[in-house]
Amino acid sequence: MGHVDRAREFVADADRTGWHDRALWFVRTKRDRAADLVPDWEALRERASEIKRFALGQLPELWCEFEENAIRAGAVVHWARDGHEHNEIIARLLQERRIERVVKSKSMLTEECGLNPHLEACGIEVVDTDLGERIVQLRNESPSHIVMPAIHLRRGEIGELFAEKMGSPPGLDDPTELTAIARRDLRDRFLRAQAGLTGINFAVAETGGFVVVTNEGNADLGTALPKLHIASVGLEKIIPRQADLAVFLRLLARSATGQAITAYTSHFRGPRPPSPDPQELHIVVVDNGRSHLLGRPAFREALACIRCGACLNTCPVYRRSGGHSYGATVPGPIGSVLETSRDPATHAELPHACSLCGSCSDVCPVRIPLHHQLLAFRGELARAGHQRRSRRAALGLIGWLFARPSGYRWLGRSGRFLARRLPTARLNALVSPWTRQRALPEIPEASFRELYARRRAAENDR
Amino acid sequence: MLGRTRRSGLLSNRILVGQRAPESPEMRIALFVPCYIDQLKPAIGLAALDVLETFGFEVDFPEAQTCCGQAFLTAGETRAADRLFDRYLDVFDDFDQIVALSGSCAATIRRHLPSRRASSRAEGVAGRTLEFSEFLVENGVATRNLGRFPHRVGLHSNCHALRELRLGTASEIREPERMDPARRLLSSIRELQLVDLTRPDECCGFGGIFSIEEEAVSCRMGLDRLADHRLANAEVITSTDVSCLFQLAGLADKAGFEFRAMHLAELLAESLANVIRESSREFDPSSRDVGASQEGMDRTDGSR
Repeated sequence: MGHVDRAREFVADADRTGWHDRALWFVRTKRDRAADLVPDWEALRERASEIKRFALGQLPELWCEFEENAIRAGAVVHWARDGHEHNEIIARLLQERRIERVVKSKSMLTEECGLNPHLEACGIEVVDTDLGERIVQLRNESPSHIVMPAIHLRRGEIGELFAEKMGSPPGLDDPTELTAIARRDLRDRFLRAQAGLTGINFAVAETGGFVVVTNEGNADLGTALPKLHIASVGLEKIIPRQADLAVFLRLLARSATGQAITAYTSHFRGPRPPSPDPQELHIVVVDNGRSHLLGRPAFREALACIRCGACLNTCPVYRRSGGHSYGATVPGPIGSVLETSRDPATHAELPHACSLCGSCSDVCPVRIPLHHQLLAFRGELARAGHQRRSRRAALGLIGWLFARPSGYRWLGRSGRFLARRLPTARLNALVSPWTRQRALPEIPEASFRELYARRRAAENDR
Repeated sequence: MLGRTRRSGLLSNRILVGQRAPESPEMRIALFVPCYIDQLKPAIGLAALDVLETFGFEVDFPEAQTCCGQAFLTAGETRAADRLFDRYLDVFDDFDQIVALSGSCAATIRRHLPSRRASSRAEGVAGRTLEFSEFLVENGVATRNLGRFPHRVGLHSNCHALRELRLGTASEIREPERMDPARRLLSSIRELQLVDLTRPDECCGFGGIFSIEEEAVSCRMGLDRLADHRLANAEVITSTDVSCLFQLAGLADKAGFEFRAMHLAELLAESLANVIRESSREFDPSSRDVGASQEGMDRTDGSR
């Protein structure tokens, strides 16, 4: 089952589709209003894109600089080739310290690597502390959005979930009440956690420090008490200078949720001071296909992504098919690029889950040409054999005919001749799925070129 | 003054020919009629010809043209697209301006052809290809008498005209507003009420082969667009792209919504015809001209 079928299932629930679409469009309009208040928004996007392009050009140098500075600040830096190595490093760090309970703030990278199942298999309890992530964790689901993991759920469904998992009274759907219930449940888990795991939004090469942004303060709370903080970061998250944060932090929250800034912007540099309560800080830098993408000029700009989710919110397909329809860790336009690059055989369908409207590229705070990348992938995947043979053959034949005026005229004439004579039901069946919900235009007797020739002939007669 | 104007255009009426564009006798203009208009909506091609000739542009229709290659490019069939790009270059190389009756076809030529067929010839032909409304506005038509069209009109923004050709400012972009030539022309038509949409540039869901392969999402996108136009009480939906209109009209038909879906060329032709009709009546209510010009319009309608 691919995107087409899962999307069809989602759309079949017309109410939910409408509500999902409106919820995300609301976020998009909040983003528009927030961007309105920043003078030179477009210049800021351009600057961000330049910094990212620079960083991608000097990736090894910047990471070496980061490592040196992070070590100087007292952190330990690990390098993971792929998701499995990442998980093993973290499991080893935890097992060496006999840690059995960890809390984790929001991190799409750990989703991508499948960290939770790996740690659970090692007998370690992982609690996601971002409210949305906690909800999908309790439902045994993956996030459906990279910023709002539980955006596919309605309040009532969350009330039911909490009643089942936390013993709250059934039938609740008041957000404040539900949040309070989750908060009580999480507080206890924060206090008992032996390690705090976080992601990283920006790793700063010149300081060896990094920034984690949250709206719930859960990254601070999760790392403030335990003696161990492990931060996972993808290769693409490096920026050269501390001052660059001034560009990215202004873009990130506005693009993501329409907030001027997230409630918490947490800066970490080295572990907290040894007295009175010493802590270890480990940073795991993960490649997992990123260097492969870096080596592909047509697609490398996708590594500039700061994971704001604006392309998801604006995508008319994402809004109407839901995050889970993509069958990938990162859904939406950016996900279709990243996941297809990582595993083309599995995700060959994703570049086609797009009408090429181009809204994603225009909303992207770092100006990734997402829809052009998706278009480029279509050609590449077809050439690499990831497309049905029958489809390729049919389009190839039509293309061959279209390249010859006589072939084109013949195909047009015979197509129209047939279409005008076939009984409607037969014709509709022939051109289904177009006609499932759409009428065909009335098929004319003559083409424009025939009518044009007649008109010019009549002129000359006059 | 009328020397180079073909007089047989249905609208080449004495009332309107006087407002033709400045003479530029050397300019050779070609009409590019996308394959789906040629085969499925020839009336749009005729309407465009009428409008262009009304304003004094002599246009050729090179017979060897077929398709811009967009459908193949977006389906990932780049070899087929490249062959059609080569054909396009051969057919239109000799022309100074190529007027394309579709924003997305014009965008395919302007944005994608030069990157796949890198040559100065490709750059040149691509650069000389203009979308219909863009051509009209760039050639002085916006300030002419564009007639009268007493209806509530919803303008469906074509994504590729907007975000590839940058005709107008996309709602995501925070820049000084660019002119949208289609909107500019519509705003010059008397009694035409352009309605406000809640999402002025959301995609209709056509997307070429996307409309077939992702049928469910595609139709939902189109139905949502229609709902927006209904909310604004639009009687007519117009666009510079017929593929969007196939999608919207096809859905509206089946759902039983009453809209007229008109390409901008058809709307302009009708708006100009309204003026001709009235002016003829003014001059001589019993004139046979009235009948003649109405018959002409009916013939255009009949071949739709």
